[in-house]
Amino acid sequence: MTRRGVRWVDQRTASAPLLRKALRYLFPDHWSFLLGEVALYAFVVLVATGIYLTFFFVDSTKEVVFRGDYYPPLYGQKMSEAYASVVHLSLAVRAGLLLRQTHHWAANIFIAAIVLHLFRIFFTGAYRKPRELTYWLGVTMLTLALLEAYLGYSLVDDLMSGMGLVIGYSVGLAIPFVGQNLMNWLFDGMFPGSPKLWPRMYIAHVLIFPILIGLLLGAHLLLVAMRHHTQFRRTKAQTEHTIVGVPAFPGQAPRSLGLMVGTTGILFLLGGLVQINPIWLWGPYHTYSSTNGAQPDWYLGWLIGALRLVPGFDLTIAGYTLVPNPFWGGAAFPLVVFGFLYLWPWLERKFTGDEAFHNLLDGPRDAPARTGIGVGVVSWVVLVFFAGSSDRVFVTFGLSYTGQIWAYRILVWVLPALFGLVAWWICKELQASERVVRVRHEAEAEARLARMRRSSEPPRDPSTLES
Amino acid sequence: MTRLRNAIISALVLLLGRARRRRPRREETRIVPPQPGHLAAELAVLALLGLSSSCAIAFILVYALGDSIPNETQFLGAALGLALLCLATALILVGLKLVPSEEVAEEYPPHEHPHEQQLIAEVIDESGTRFTRSRFFKLGLLGAGGTLGLAILAPAVSFGPLFRVGDFLQTPWRRGRRLVDETGKPYKASDISEKNFYLAFPEGTSDEEKEQMAASLVVIRLPQKELRLPSHLKGYDANGILAYSRICTHAGCAITLYRAPLFQPDEPRPALVCPCHYSTFDPATGGTVTFGPAGRDLPLLPVYKDSKGYLRAKGNFDGPVGPSWWGVRLWKAQP
Ligand code: FES
Repeated sequence: MTRRGVRWVDQRTASAPLLRKALRYLFPDHWSFLLGEVALYAFVVLVATGIYLTFFFVDSTKEVVFRGDYYPPLYGQKMSEAYASVVHLSLAVRAGLLLRQTHHWAANIFIAAIVLHLFRIFFTGAYRKPRELTYWLGVTMLTLALLEAYLGYSLVDDLMSGMGLVIGYSVGLAIPFVGQNLMNWLFDGMFPGSPKLWPRMYIAHVLIFPILIGLLLGAHLLLVAMRHHTQFRRTKAQTEHTIVGVPAFPGQAPRSLGLMVGTTGILFLLGGLVQINPIWLWGPYHTYSSTNGAQPDWYLGWLIGALRLVPGFDLTIAGYTLVPNPFWGGAAFPLVVFGFLYLWPWLERKFTGDEAFHNLLDGPRDAPARTGIGVGVVSWVVLVFFAGSSDRVFVTFGLSYTGQIWAYRILVWVLPALFGLVAWWICKELQASERVVRVRHEAEAEARLARMRRSSEPPRDPSTLES
Repeated sequence: MTRLRNAIISALVLLLGRARRRRPRREETRIVPPQPGHLAAELAVLALLGLSSSCAIAFILVYALGDSIPNETQFLGAALGLALLCLATALILVGLKLVPSEEVAEEYPPHEHPHEQQLIAEVIDESGTRFTRSRFFKLGLLGAGGTLGLAILAPAVSFGPLFRVGDFLQTPWRRGRRLVDETGKPYKASDISEKNFYLAFPEGTSDEEKEQMAASLVVIRLPQKELRLPSHLKGYDANGILAYSRICTHAGCAITLYRAPLFQPDEPRPALVCPCHYSTFDPATGGTVTFGPAGRDLPLLPVYKDSKGYLRAKGNFDGPVGPSWWGVRLWKAQP
C-alpha cells in the first residue's frame, strides 16, 4: 500500500531522492527552536482567518448612517462603510467575532513569537556565518509584520485606529525633504486622504504584504534547510561538523504538527474567550475627535513611548523647519533599532575578526560583549515602551505624568548602559566559575586515575616508566 | 450492560490483534529502529481523537443554534479551541510515545563546493568570449535595465499629487463666516462659558468638509485680564473668546482635553492638551507649547462678535494647521 503510493508519486515527480532526504532531515531537540515555528503557524492562522474576514469587510470610507438595531449605542451615527462593516461582522454575523478576535490575537502572537525567536537567534549567535542571509530575511519579515499589523489595525476605521493612522501619517510627513510629497502621494492628498486611500491600504494589507511575507518566509525556510539547523553542544558527538537531532519523520513530524494544531487551538481559545479590541465601543473616527487613554497594540507601544519622550522642538534653521518633531520618535528611533539589527552580524565580525563557520551555538555567557550589548539595546527599547504607558501609571497610581516623562528622558539613557554592563559582568563571572569547576573536575579525574594506577598496578621498575 | 462490556472487550481485542499482526517481517534491515508497543499511549490517543471530534461537533451545534444561546462567541471559541488542543495533544503523544524519536547523527553539508564554483565561473566566463567590447555591453545592459525599470515605475507617479503645498494651507475659513456646532447651530458669544470648551465648524460645510484638518476648532473663553497674547495676535480674541485649530501640531490628533485650573496648585493656568502624546498648549499666550513633544504653536483663528451676538471669523489662522512638514514655517494659512 505505502509502497504503491510512493511509487505513484515518484514516477510522476521523480522526487523520491529528495523526499527521502526530507524525511530524514534532522531537527536538534531544544524548546527554543520552536519559537520560529510558532510564528509560522500564527501566520497560517492569520491568512486563514483573514480570508474569512475579507468576505465581510468593505474597503470604503464613504459615509453611511448606522442602522443596525443589534447595537443601539451607535444607531443613527454617521460612520465610514469600513467601520460599519466591521461592527456588523462583529455583532451580527455568526462566528464573525470569533474569527475577527482570533485574527487579532494571531497578529499579536505572530509578532511576539518573531521577537522571541529573534532574541534566541541573537543571544546564541545563530546569525553568524554561514547564516547571515537567513537572519536578514528574518529581520525584514519582522519589519513587514509590524507594518502589516499596523495596516490591519488602521483599516477598521474606529476611533483608535484613526488616531493611529493620523499619527503614522504625521511621522511620514515629518521625514525631511521628501515627507510632504511622500504622504501626498500615498494618501492622494492631505490627511484624511481621498476615497482611493482605503482600497490602497486594503490591497496592501490583504495582498502585497502577505505575499511578500510569504515569499520571504519560503526563502527563510529554504536557507535554514540548505545549511541545516544550528545546535547547542549537549553531547560529545555534537561538533561543528556533526549534527545530532530527531529525524523529520517519524520523530519530529507529529510534534511539529501537534505544535501547529496546538497554536491554532490556543489562538481560537483566546479569540473566543479573551476580548480584544472591542471596536464597537470606540465609535467611529473623525479628524476632530479623539479619546484619552488610547493605547495601541503592544508591538507599537515602543513608538508611542518614543513620540511622547522627545522634548517639544522642531529642528529649524533661521525659522525654516528642517525636521519636524515626530520624525525623531516615530522614524529615527525605529531606524536606529532596525539599523542595529541589520548591521550587527557585520559589526561583530569586524570587531572579533571571526570569519569561521559556526554550526554550534554559543550560550549567552560565552560571548559577554554580545550579551551585554544585546541586553542594553533590548532594555533601551523596553524602557521607551514603558514610558509610553506613563499616562496609565498616572491614572492608576497618581504619579505625576510630567515627572515621569522627565525621569524617563534620563533613565532611558542611563539604565540600558547599566543593565548592559551588569549582563556583561555576570557572563564573565559565570565563565570564571565554569572554568574553576572544569579545572577542579580535571584535577579530580587525574587524581582518581593516579590512585587507580597506584592500587591496581604493581610497582614498576623506574627504567621502564621512562621509556 | 453486558452487551456494552462485550463490545468494549471485542474492540480492544480487535485493536490489540491488529497491532500484533502489523509487525514488520524483516527486523534486521530496518531504517527506523523497532520499539515495544505502548498500549496506554495508544488508547489515550484514541480517546483524545474522540474528544476532539466531539468538541468539533459541539462547535457546529453552537453555530447552528446561533443567537439563541448567550455568549455564543465564547462557546464557539472554547469548542473549536478545545477540539484543536485535543488533536494537538494526541499528535504530540504520538510523537513522544508511539513513534521512535531516537536522535541520529549526521554530517553537516560541506562549507563550500570549490569544484562546482570553479565550473560555474568557467561556464559564465567562457560563454562571453565572443564579446570584444564587454565593458560597453555591460554598461548598455545596465542602462537598458535601469531605464526600463524607471519606465515601469513611472505610472506610479499618478498615485497622488506631488509638489503641491496648496492643500496644506487652504482653509474653509473666510472673514464673516459663522462658527457653528456639530448640528450646524451657530454659536453666540454668550454660549461660550469659562471652564468649558466647544467644538466648532464653519457654517454650511458638508460632513466631508468637516473632516478637513483646517475645519474644526476648539473654542474657549478666558477672563480678559488673563490674556497675554503676543503683539501679532492682538485682537484675535472676541472679549476673551479664543478659537484655536483643533488639530495638534505634533502628529495631527484632535485636542479633546481642556484643563481649566480648578484646584491643582501645580497647574495654575488653563491648558489645551492633546491626548495622544500630551502636548500642552497655553491658550492665554497664543497657543504656545508648555509641555510635550509638539514643536509649533497651536494656530489661532481671529474671531469677533457680530451685532446679533454671533461668533464670526475675522480672517484666517496665524499659521498652517495640522502636523508639521519640511518647511512648514515658510507658509501662511490661506483663504
Ligand atoms: S498628536 Fe498631539 S501630542 Fe502628539
